[in-house]
Amino acid sequence: MDLRWDYAPAPESTDHLRLRDRYDLFVGGHWRAPEDGTVVPTVNPATGEPIAEIAWAGPADLDRAVAAARAALPAWQALPALERGKYLFRFARLLQERSRELAVAETLDGGKPIKESRDFDVPTAAAHFFSYAGWADKLPYVLGGRSAAPHGVVGAIVPWNFPLLMAAWKIAPALATGNVCVLKPAETTPLTALLLAEIAQEAGLPDGVLSILPGDGELGARLVRHDGVDKIAFTGSTAVGREIQAALAGRDVGLTLELGGKSANIVFEDAPIEQAVEGIVTGIFFNQGHVCCAGSRLLVQETIADELVERLWRRMQTLRVGDPLDKNTDMGAINSAEQLARIEALVDRGVADGLERRTLDCPLPEAGHWFAPTLFTGVGPSDVVATEEIFGPVLSVLTFRDQAEAIQKANDTNYGLAAGVWTDKGSKAFQVAAALRAGVVWQNTYNRFDPTAAFGGYNESGFGREGGPAGLLPYLKVA
Amino acid sequence: MSPRLTVRKTYKAYIGDAFVRSESGRTDPAHDHQGALVANVPRCSRKDVRDAVKAAVAAFPGWAGRTAYNRGQILYRAAEAVESRGDEFVAAAVRVRGLKEKAARAEVEAAVDTLVHYAGWTDKIGAVLGGVNPVAAPYLSFSVPEPTGVIGVVCPPEADLLGTVAAIAPPLAAGNVVVALLSERWPTAGLDLGEALGVSDVPKGVVALLSGRTAELAPALAAHRGVDGLLDASGDADLRGELGRLGAETISRVRHVAPAALAAAETRLSLSRIEPWTELKTAWHPVGA
Repeated sequence: MDLRWDYAPAPESTDHLRLRDRYDLFVGGHWRAPEDGTVVPTVNPATGEPIAEIAWAGPADLDRAVAAARAALPAWQALPALERGKYLFRFARLLQERSRELAVAETLDGGKPIKESRDFDVPTAAAHFFSYAGWADKLPYVLGGRSAAPHGVVGAIVPWNFPLLMAAWKIAPALATGNVCVLKPAETTPLTALLLAEIAQEAGLPDGVLSILPGDGELGARLVRHDGVDKIAFTGSTAVGREIQAALAGRDVGLTLELGGKSANIVFEDAPIEQAVEGIVTGIFFNQGHVCCAGSRLLVQETIADELVERLWRRMQTLRVGDPLDKNTDMGAINSAEQLARIEALVDRGVADGLERRTLDCPLPEAGHWFAPTLFTGVGPSDVVATEEIFGPVLSVLTFRDQAEAIQKANDTNYGLAAGVWTDKGSKAFQVAAALRAGVVWQNTYNRFDPTAAFGGYNESGFGREGGPAGLLPYLKVA
Repeated sequence: MSPRLTVRKTYKAYIGDAFVRSESGRTDPAHDHQGALVANVPRCSRKDVRDAVKAAVAAFPGWAGRTAYNRGQILYRAAEAVESRGDEFVAAAVRVRGLKEKAARAEVEAAVDTLVHYAGWTDKIGAVLGGVNPVAAPYLSFSVPEPTGVIGVVCPPEADLLGTVAAIAPPLAAGNVVVALLSERWPTAGLDLGEALGVSDVPKGVVALLSGRTAELAPALAAHRGVDGLLDASGDADLRGELGRLGAETISRVRHVAPAALAAAETRLSLSRIEPWTELKTAWHPVGA
C-alpha cells in the first residue's frame, strides 16, 4: 500500500535572500581578501550548483585575525558587562529579523529541509544569543563563590550539520563571558557564518571581537595550534577531537570538545507506541541523521520488537525525501559527496555482515547527494553499524529482554552523548535515565534543545557543556 | 642482655582494599631526609596499575550509587581515622622529612580538615552545579552532576600526606574512584594513609595507593582505557605533555594542578577541585502530555 500522499510542490521563496557573488574573510570587523588563502565555491548539495565564491583563510590571514582579536580584547573586557550583553541582544534581534533569509541560506548551503532550518536552526540560534546575552552581567551567580576571568581569544571550530546554530552555541557564551572569538565554519557550509559577520557589523560589534575565517581542516589545525589562542571550542568528530586534545596536551589552553555519538533510543514494552515511533523518526531522520546525538541505536524490548519495527516501517513510508526548499520535505540532501560515500560504505558493511536492510523505495533527485531512510534489523551489539557513528539516516535496531539488559547494551559504547527512554512508567524512565552514561537523556521525547539546558558528552563524546549556566564555565578560567 | 632489635616494616600497596606486595616482587628503599633507611616500599609495576584500575572499575558503580549523605559520612570517617593517628603522622613527618613538629602538625591537621571539607561537599555539589532548566516547552528539564568514573592521580612530589589527601578527596566526594600514584620521594605517609583508610569505611576498590617510579607508572595510568580522568599534580613539565597526549587517546579528562596550588590554604578547598571530575547529565521529561 502506498501511503505517500502527493503534495503539490511548495518551494520556499528565495527572493528575499540577496547573496553576494563572493564572500571574503571577516577579519577585525572588515571584509578582507585572503592574503595567502584561496577562493572556492560553496555548493548546494541538493543540486550540485555553486552558490557563491568563498575565500578560505591561509596562515597569514589566521595570524591577522588572531592579532585583531588580541587587539580587541582589552577594550572588550573593560566594557561593562551589561553593555557586552546588549551586543548579544542585538544579535538575537537581528537573527530574528533576518530569519527567513538565514533559513533559506542554511538550507541552500547545507541541504537540510527548509522546515527544519526555519523552525529549528534559526530560532534556536536566536534563542541562544538571547539567553546568553542576559548572562553577561550575571556571571558571579554561576561561579559558586569562586572568582573567574575570561580566557581571552577563543578559537571556535564548528561542523557542517548545524552551521548557524553551532556558531551561536560558541559565539554567544564566548562573548558573554568577555572573550573574543575567531570562528572557523566548516568547509562545506560557511554561508550562514558569513551572514553572521554581516550581522556583527550591523550590530556595531567592536572590530576584532568576532572574526570569521572559512577554510578546511588544515586551517582548523592551525587555529588549534596558534599560540595567540587561549581556548579552543570544538564540535566535530571524535577522531579530530582526539587530535586536538593531543595537540594541546601539556599546554595551558582551555578546551571543550563536543564529539560524536552512537546514542541509544530505548523503547520498553509499556511505551506509548505511536509516540515512540514519532520519537524514533525524529531521533534518526532529523537533519538527515547528521546529528551527533542522533538516536542511531534503537533498543526495543523483545516483546514488542516486531510490531514496533512494522509500525516504524509504515511511518517511514510517509517520509518525503527531496528538494530541501520544499516546505513539505522531511529529509533533504546529504551534505557532501564525502559524507554520502561514508554512509554508503557503512551500510554496505552492514549488508556484508548479513544484517537485514530495509531502505525506503522513494524517488530521489538526479543531481546532488541523496540517501533514502534506511534501517537494519537483527543487529548485534558488536556489529559495525551498531558501534560506528554513521552520521546519516540509518537506524540500527537491536533488542533486549529486560531493563538491566537495556541499560547494559545502551552503555556498551565508547560514546556517551545522548539517549532516549520510552516508557509509560515515570519511575522507570527516571531510573533508567540515571543509569545511562550519557550527557542528555530524553524521556518520551528526543532531540530537544534549549539554550537553558546543558548539552554535552560522557566518555569519548567529549567534555564540557554548552547551554545553560554550565555552558559559561568552559569560557572562564575559574579559580 | 642484648639490645632489642627493631622490627623493620616492609610496606604494601593499597589495592582493592587489600595490602599487597607488587606483583613484580620489586621493592625500593625509602629514605629519610638524612639518607637513612626508613622502610622498604613496593616498587609497583604497570601490572599493579592495571590491577588497581580493574578494582576501581568494579568499585565505581557502587560508590557512585551511594547516597551523597553516605559518601559524606564515609569521607568524614576517613577524617576521623587520620585524626586518631595524628600523632603518628606528625612523628613520621618529623622523622622522615625532617619537618619541625609545629609544621608537621599543621600539615596533618590541614589534611584532616581537607577531608572534613570535602565530606561536607558531597550533598551540595548537585545543588551548586546542577539545576532545573527553564526550557521554552512543556518539559521538566534538569541537569545533575554525576561522577566521571575512575580518576588516576599523580600525587605531588612533596607535602606527602596533605598533598595526597588534597588530590584524592575532591574526586571521591563527587562519587569517583581513585587510583593514586604516591610521591616517589616520600611514599611512606601515603602508604600510612592507606592503612588508615583500610580500617575506615571506604569500600573496596574505591581508593588505591601505589608506590613506585612515577615515570614508569604515570604513563601506564594515563593510557589505561579504564581511566576516565587524570589529575596530574606532579608539577613535572615533561610528564605533563606526555600524560596529556596519552589521555587524548580515550578523550580522558586530563587536568594539571601545580603541587603548591593543591596544598596552599587559599586554593586547596574549592569547588574547582571537584568540578573537573563531574559530568553534567541533562534529563528531559514531558509535563502534561
